[in-house]
Amino acid sequence: MTNEEIKEYISSIAPAATFDETGEWLNVLLEPAQLKPAMAALRTGMMQMNYLFCLTCIDFKTHLTMVYHLSATTHRQSIVIKSNLNREQAVIETVCDIWRTAEFLEREVFEMFGVDFTNHPDLRKLILEEDFKGYPLRKDFEDPINMIKL
Amino acid sequence: MYNQTEIIKDTSELGAEGELVINMGPQHPATHGVLHLVVTLNGETIKKIEPHLGYIHRSIEKMCESLTYRQFIYVTSRMDYLSSHINNLGCALLVEKGMAIEVPDRAKYVRVILSELTRIASHELWLGAMAMDLGAFTPFFYAFREREMITDIMEDTCGARLTMNYIVPGGLMYDIHPDFQKKVKAFITQFKSKVNEYEDLVTNNVIFQSRTKGVGILSAEDAISYGCTGPVARASGVSCDIRKIYPYEVYDKVEFDEVLETAGDSFARYMVRVKEMNQSIRIIEQLIDNIPEGDFVGKTKNVLKLPKGEFYTRVETARGELGVFVVSEGGTTPHRIKFRSPGFSNLSVLNHIAAGSKIGDLMASMGTLDLVIPDIDR
Repeated sequence: MTNEEIKEYISSIAPAATFDETGEWLNVLLEPAQLKPAMAALRTGMMQMNYLFCLTCIDFKTHLTMVYHLSATTHRQSIVIKSNLNREQAVIETVCDIWRTAEFLEREVFEMFGVDFTNHPDLRKLILEEDFKGYPLRKDFEDPINMIKL
Repeated sequence: MYNQTEIIKDTSELGAEGELVINMGPQHPATHGVLHLVVTLNGETIKKIEPHLGYIHRSIEKMCESLTYRQFIYVTSRMDYLSSHINNLGCALLVEKGMAIEVPDRAKYVRVILSELTRIASHELWLGAMAMDLGAFTPFFYAFREREMITDIMEDTCGARLTMNYIVPGGLMYDIHPDFQKKVKAFITQFKSKVNEYEDLVTNNVIFQSRTKGVGILSAEDAISYGCTGPVARASGVSCDIRKIYPYEVYDKVEFDEVLETAGDSFARYMVRVKEMNQSIRIIEQLIDNIPEGDFVGKTKNVLKLPKGEFYTRVETARGELGVFVVSEGGTTPHRIKFRSPGFSNLSVLNHIAAGSKIGDLMASMGTLDLVIPDIDR
């Protein structure tokens, strides 16, 4: 599939999607509300993206960006789905009913960035202690004991 | 985490059937590291496994944000310490890709040979430890006999036996030891004459077979959905070898087979790793006599600056696909770095494959996932 065909396909599911082809793979920016239906369509529809190989979040100081790297074990084409979130109220729907690997990856993003995944079956801290305060991978996080000044 | 009162409360709520919550780890001999599993049992049957991580969390991703592109490679040796060369290679490839650095052929050959030696050493350690988890003590010594030769080669060439830092952006830190080729060839001869002993000791052992066959079955669809890679996914018949799909360095010039099994049980995962060691030997044999002469490191600037953008590279470690994702703002340090570690995804499948089986089988299921805890926690 060429990038043009993929763009056309994604536009038909999520009309507001914007595209960026400067990187290695096609980047698709979606509104948080459109993410879940678009992801479900990518998994089951024409693309058959069955392999979520990386899920993470980036703190750009003004906003948070969720990044989903998708690929398929059949045609091996990779695309990157992104969604910008508000830093104060970071809420997005979970994708762990589509790809099971997202369950742990989203728990990690939840504790490190403070992103709230709605409908996640078990959203608890995975790596940090339960009484840990703050979101350590955010840029404004300051730990008085183990200082990392950027 | 469960304290004692909670355990009693949990059991009382469930009435006559009864349910017992036990803590396995973080100091359990079979978890090979500080992994804490909260196992819910009904009699001897496992109902649920909840991993609690973070006992060796060093926040490597945050640390890397304040390290330069030359420095952050050294931290990655401490993630999956059994694949440290391959972790270093993944990071070096990312910097080389971002800055379009030419790597001399000599460095490429040596990098691949070292990667494969690392893979063999890692699988040897796993073989010994896995057999020990199941109660067989002897294979550990057989496996370590060959592994010792590899650590000696590493010590000569890289200056360390475990957390090697030899691969740098642009090539290698320094040239290989004059005895490198001789010693690697001696290792190949030794390994080939001894590998049959593993078959006799472990593979054909009736106790080992009955403890691993049909235990911890993982289907191909679930393996993909859980993001499993490496020998875990290949034992379920999922073709996922990065060396074949997205060849890096000189993997496209050498002949080797991607080892696939279809059973998806613990025995299949065992077989994949044992056969993979032979494939690694095959790769080394093709390269060891043909290491080109020339520079071992390419020309790089003193200060490395990645252009603004996002970069992703992946390499095949002994455990599966390691992805390095860097977001650069154009400076000397990464804005955000994410390590997609193979162990993390492989661990997430543990509850799926072990729930419903007996607690004794948990050792076989977990042992064949080949978990390295620093790789999971990062």
